[in-house]
Amino acid sequence: MGLAKKILAVDDSKTMREMVAFTLKGAGYEVSEAEDGQAALAVAGAQRFDAVITDLNMPNLNGYGLIRALRANPAYRFTPILMLTTEGDPSKKEEGKAAGATGWIVKPFDPVKLIEVVQKVCPNKAGGV
Amino acid sequence: MSTDLSQFRQTYIAECFELLADMEARLMELDVGAAGSEALNAIFRCAHSIKGGAGAFGLQEIGSLTHVMEALLDSLRDGRVAPSRASVDMLLKARDIVLQMVEAARDGVKVPENLGADIKAALQSAADGTPNASPSTLSLEDKPTPPQVTSEVHAPQSWRIGFTPYQTLFMTGNEPILILRELARLGQTVVTAFTGQVPTLSTLDPTRCYLSWIIILSTDKPESAIREVFEFVTDHCDLRLVNITLQTSGPVSEKLPEKKMDALPALPIVSCAPAAAPVTTAASPPAEDPVHAVPHVTSIRVDLEKVDRLVNMVGELVITEAMLHALMRDFTMDKLSGLLGGLSELSQHTRELQEAVMSVRMQPVHSVFARMPRLVRDLAAQLNKDIRLVMVGEATEVDKTVIEQLSDPLTHMIRNACDHGIETPAVRLEKGKSAQGTINLSAAHRGGRIVIEIRDDGAGIDRARVLAKARSKGLVATDAQPAEDEIDAMIFLPGFSTAEQVTNVSGRGVGMDVVKRNIAAMGGHVRISNTPGQGACMTVSLPLTLAILDGMIVRVGKELYIVPIANILETLRPTRADVRRLEQRGDVINVRGEFIPLVYLGQVFSVPNTHQDPAASLVILVESNQQRAGLVVDELVGQQQVVIKSLEANADPVRGVSGATILGDGRVSLILEISDLTLMRASTTAHAWAA
Repeated sequence: MGLAKKILAVDDSKTMREMVAFTLKGAGYEVSEAEDGQAALAVAGAQRFDAVITDLNMPNLNGYGLIRALRANPAYRFTPILMLTTEGDPSKKEEGKAAGATGWIVKPFDPVKLIEVVQKVCPNKAGGV
Repeated sequence: MSTDLSQFRQTYIAECFELLADMEARLMELDVGAAGSEALNAIFRCAHSIKGGAGAFGLQEIGSLTHVMEALLDSLRDGRVAPSRASVDMLLKARDIVLQMVEAARDGVKVPENLGADIKAALQSAADGTPNASPSTLSLEDKPTPPQVTSEVHAPQSWRIGFTPYQTLFMTGNEPILILRELARLGQTVVTAFTGQVPTLSTLDPTRCYLSWIIILSTDKPESAIREVFEFVTDHCDLRLVNITLQTSGPVSEKLPEKKMDALPALPIVSCAPAAAPVTTAASPPAEDPVHAVPHVTSIRVDLEKVDRLVNMVGELVITEAMLHALMRDFTMDKLSGLLGGLSELSQHTRELQEAVMSVRMQPVHSVFARMPRLVRDLAAQLNKDIRLVMVGEATEVDKTVIEQLSDPLTHMIRNACDHGIETPAVRLEKGKSAQGTINLSAAHRGGRIVIEIRDDGAGIDRARVLAKARSKGLVATDAQPAEDEIDAMIFLPGFSTAEQVTNVSGRGVGMDVVKRNIAAMGGHVRISNTPGQGACMTVSLPLTLAILDGMIVRVGKELYIVPIANILETLRPTRADVRRLEQRGDVINVRGEFIPLVYLGQVFSVPNTHQDPAASLVILVESNQQRAGLVVDELVGQQQVVIKSLEANADPVRGVSGATILGDGRVSLILEISDLTLMRASTTAHAWAA
């Protein structure tokens, strides 16, 4: 295969960000990090990502706002965007879906599960694993 | 691949210390009286981040404590619970315990079993009413479910899966081919694609999904594993999953002899039905994109019909304008009638355009109503009651801003009806009612307003209890003997709550007074009618839009004011004999035996040269919040729709005035706030006429 798939991990928690990055790098993805929605928009504007994973509750620009802003950008109209939610709270999920999220990952996540979900929307090997 | 996250434990613990310090500083700074949502959000985020990592490192005690902190902060943020010294103290105390736990985690020491149990309970009860905060639903307890896909093995089953994506599927970043590939990983698949909906190349929109599929899947995985593949797209497709194992005596391959299962590659698409031969079993893709009326902060979905009407209207306007231009180019007096005709057409089109534009913002109340069945169902289960919700008039349209603000009060009233209104089945049967209680929720347009009714056939309001409660709380004088409807209205008094115990469901320290205030803030009012033993009915009346108002222009001296038509009951020209003066209470007017206080607008707004004699002027009878008053004005100028401009952007709130508008001649005219004026009446008395 060609170059590794690039993923942008957005979370205001450094720990969470690093854990996502670590896990996905282990699965062969290239991962960039951003600490809130605004920073994510700047990074996403400067280079193309194959998928975005974002927390919902963040300062400056929250996850919903980020998803909406990305969807408004033609470059990210069809890009898989996963939201990280702590709660199994359906209203948050609904709001995220309404904003245009592709899917979700429930925190705290199991690394295997995270990779599985990312593979689901943005496989990095032809035909999946 | 290493999935060991323990190396992040140190980072996490360091981050926790930072977050806890930040949280403490913010909590100390928090101004209880005016806790802004930004400050609360920041505190919430601290708790949230700590909780987020706790689960990953097996620090359950930190996770569950921060979870209840979140619950309380969430209630504070939503205004469901008013911030108080006590709640801040509680949060601080909880923070200290989390700190202790983090320190213990850092040092590798075990924390005492029930450390923080009491504060957790206290936080929980403070946050009470947040349905997702009950300990049994702590999200930390739903650990990431081990992928069942690989762990459970069943006897091979065959499934027929009808997968018809909506045309909008791609908009969510989902990709059908990935879904099909994933299905193929569960077992053997035979995939048939339906291409009948694909348009010709010139009209094809590549951002839409026109294909649909039927997949025959033979797998030993459970149904849940198949559903999980479609987890992210369930809202964006028609999915039909039929187990066809039982319907066939042998394996599926026997039923499809010409398509040998084992000969098929795992590639998703093996055959394409010709466009001209749609298969009857295929679920035909929806003709239109299904419109999900999810309330959305920044955008609304508008019926194409409405947009077409707008375009039409603008077209008409442009034609009229061109016509007027042509007329003016070489205007002579003999063309005057043509000009006048053109102008009247222009004004008609403008009016129609305005209506059409306003209707774009109108949305059916369905989006709010749709959440209620679930609410009632959950509450009924929680309260061990049997409740049926009947909804009428969901298609009734109202301005989007009104819809957004309607959700909370409506939820609260439905909760109340379930909790306090409907009795338990046993009590109902005893009273000779059916075991199942009914709540009717209806919406209708009535006189330029939307009227929403919440009617239940429960116990109604126990007036004796309400009165006793109001007396004990000092909300009413102990010797007062209020009328029945006055007692019913007491539930709207601030600080009133009838529940003997604050229940998990509707008692949360905020009650109907908040509902009433929210509704009043939208220019609406709420009324209650109560038949003890038979049920109660809440009637909420709201303006259809918050941006435009039907107003009556009135003249007071040389000033013009706007009285909202919705508040006007009637207009009178009183005789001297109709007006009486009460000592200390101001003037009243006798309207068919009822004495109604008079408000001299000229005096309230200090307008010079106004009539002080009601008999020489006009009295407009107005009503707001069930309070009536007679406004004394000099003249009715006319009725007009006015666009409300906020005053508060430029000036401090003015008592008696809700906003301003610009009249046709460019003059600014103030819009009267009737609810203020009915209260200001006591201080106004005319001096001139009686002297």
